[in-house]
Amino acid sequence: MNDKPFIDWGWVSRHLDDVAELIGQHLQLTAIPVAIGFLIALVLATWATRHRRWIGPITAFTGLLYTVPSLAAFALLIPITGLSLLTAIIPLTTYTLLILVRNIVAGFESVPADVLEAAEGMGYTSRQRLWRIELPLAVPLMIAGLRLAVVTTIGLATVAAIIGDQFGGLGQFITEGLQTSFPTKIYLGAGLSLALAFVADFLFIRLERLITPWSRSRAGGR
Amino acid sequence: MHSQTTGHAVSRSRAATVEFDHVTKHYDSVQNRRGAAGAVDDLSFTVPAGKICVLVGPSGCGKTTSLKMVNRLIEPTSGRIRIDSVDISTRERTELRRGIGYVIQQVGLFPHQTIEENVATVPRLLGWQTARRRERAHELLALIGLDPAKYARRYPAQLSGGERQRVGVARALAADPPIMLMDEPFGAVDPIVRERLQNEFLRLQEDLAKTILFVTHDIDEAIKMGDLVAVLEVGGKLAQFGPPEEMLANPASDFVARFVGTDRGLKLLSLFRVGHLPMAEFPTVRVGDDAGTARRRSRTHAFPYELLVDDGRRPIGWIPDKAIPEEGALTADQAVPMSPRLDRRTTLKDALSLLLDANVQAGVVVDRHGALVGVVTVDEIAAWMRQRNASLGETIEGRDGTGASAEGGTEDRRAGPHGVDAHPAPAAADSP
Repeated sequence: MNDKPFIDWGWVSRHLDDVAELIGQHLQLTAIPVAIGFLIALVLATWATRHRRWIGPITAFTGLLYTVPSLAAFALLIPITGLSLLTAIIPLTTYTLLILVRNIVAGFESVPADVLEAAEGMGYTSRQRLWRIELPLAVPLMIAGLRLAVVTTIGLATVAAIIGDQFGGLGQFITEGLQTSFPTKIYLGAGLSLALAFVADFLFIRLERLITPWSRSRAGGR
Repeated sequence: MHSQTTGHAVSRSRAATVEFDHVTKHYDSVQNRRGAAGAVDDLSFTVPAGKICVLVGPSGCGKTTSLKMVNRLIEPTSGRIRIDSVDISTRERTELRRGIGYVIQQVGLFPHQTIEENVATVPRLLGWQTARRRERAHELLALIGLDPAKYARRYPAQLSGGERQRVGVARALAADPPIMLMDEPFGAVDPIVRERLQNEFLRLQEDLAKTILFVTHDIDEAIKMGDLVAVLEVGGKLAQFGPPEEMLANPASDFVARFVGTDRGLKLLSLFRVGHLPMAEFPTVRVGDDAGTARRRSRTHAFPYELLVDDGRRPIGWIPDKAIPEEGALTADQAVPMSPRLDRRTTLKDALSLLLDANVQAGVVVDRHGALVGVVTVDEIAAWMRQRNASLGETIEGRDGTGASAEGGTEDRRAGPHGVDAHPAPAAADSP
C-alpha cells in the first residue's frame, strides 16, 4: 500500500460495468426485503393495534428474529434454500420486521383519539377508517421506520456476498478486496454502500414531504 | 333563538323527536378501572323536534354516556332510545350515525384533509357527487362565517381554535341531519370566543331548528343554550328536566339548587333580553333643532337630559338641560355620549352589567341600522324582573294541577317583545 494510491481510479474506470451491476444487485438485496418486510409488518401492526394484547408477543418475536446473527441465519438456511437469492432475502426481511412493526404501531397510535372518535361518530366503517384516516395519518412514522429499515438493510446486505456472486451486491467488492489485498475494491464497496444509504434516506425524506402536504403547511399557518 | 326570529325566510329543515325510555347503562368494575364513562340510571325524557336539550351535571354523571348512546357509540344495558318513534337499536350503526350530526370538544378534524374535505365528510360517506359535495361545503363555510375562497383549501393546523370549532359544527351539519349531538362543543376555546360561538350557534339554530342534544358541565352555558335542561347527578340519575327558567325559579331538589348556584336571580337575568322589556317612545331632540324650543320642551318632563339624535335617528349623546344654549341650533358637539349602546338581543344581565360599568342609569337601545329604539334604565330592568319572577313563581306552583301553564310561561320568553304583558311606568332617573 506504500506508494500505491488509496483507490486505483484507473481500475475503477475500466470496471464501470461491474460497479453498475453490483449496485443494481445491492438495490435488489435491499428493496425486496424491505418491501416484503413492510407488507408483513403492516399486517402485523394493523392486527396488533386492533388486538392490543398481541402487541407484546409480536414485538418480542420480531425482536428475537433481530437477534439471530446474519451469518448463522445464512448457515442455517443454506441446507434448505441453497446458495440462492432467497437465502439472502429471508434473514434480511426478518431483520426489517422489528423496526417496521414498532414504527407502524407507533404510527397508528399517533392518530389522535378525538380524530378516531369523530370518524366513528360520523359513520365511518372500521375499514373506511383504517384506509382513509389511520393509514394516511400513520404515514410520517411509517416512513421514519422505512428510512431506518432501508439504511440498515443496505448495510446488512453486504454480508450476503458470502452466499453467492450472482446477487451478492457491493459486499462482493469488499470480500474480493480482502481476499486479494486490493484496497480499491474494499473502499469502493464500502463507499458505495454508504452513498446508497445516504441517497435512499434523502429520497424517503422527499417522499414524505410529497405525500404529507398537511404537515408541511403547518409552518405557514394562519 | 332566545329573541325574535330573524325576518329572512330560510326553509326549515327536518327535525326529529328523541326519546329516552328507561335507559340504563351499567359498567362492570373492570370497565370502570379503565376509566369508562359514567353510568346512567333509568333515564327517561323526550326532546321535542327542533329543540335544544342540554344535559348538564358534574363529571361522572353520565351525560356524555347518554349522548353517545344516541349514535350508538355506547350501547345501553337496558331501555330504549327512539328517534321519531323508531327504536335506534334496530338501525344499522353506520347508517344511523350518518344521519346524526356529531360535534365533540376536541373537534377531531381530520388533520390530513383540507377544511373543504373535512366539511364534506358525511356527504362523501353518503356517496354524493364531487361537485355537489364541494358546493355544500362552501355553502356551509359561508354559513359559519369562514370565507370559502380563503379557507376551503387550508388544513386544520392552519386555523385558530375558534375557527376549528366552527368547522366542526359545519362538518356536523353537512348532510343536513335532523339531529345534532354536541359534546362540550365550545369547551376548548377561551371564554370570549366561546361566548361568540354560542351566540353564533343560537342564531344559526333559529333558522336550522335542529333537534339538539348538548352536553356541558357549565350551568351558565346550559341556561343560555337550552330550551330544555336535563340536570343529571352522579350515578346518572335525572335530577330535573324542564325549561331553564323553571329550574332556576323552582329547583326540584337540594342538589339542583346547589348545582345552579346561589345567584339564580342573576342567572334568570341572562335568560331575557332587552327586546323583552316594554320600551316606550322616548322623546329626543335632533341636530339642527332650535335650542329655544328644545329648552321649553325639556321642562315638560322630569328627566334632566335631552337625547340628541342625528337625521337617521341615530343617538349621538345626552345634552344636560342646563347646557342647552339660549338660542341657535343644537349641534352634535353639545352632547355627551355616556350611555352604553344596547340592542334588542343584549341579555338583561349584560345590559345591567354595561350600565353599572358605565356608572349610568340609562342605556340607549338601537336597531341594526343604529337608529334609536328606546331607552332602558336600571330601575326598569329591576322592576320588570320582580314582576316576572312573581308571575313565573305562580305559574310553576300552578303547574302540578294543569301542566299546560308552565309551557305557556316558556313560550312567552321566546315570543320576544310582543309577548310582554304590562307596561310599567318608565322609572324616572336622576342621570342617564
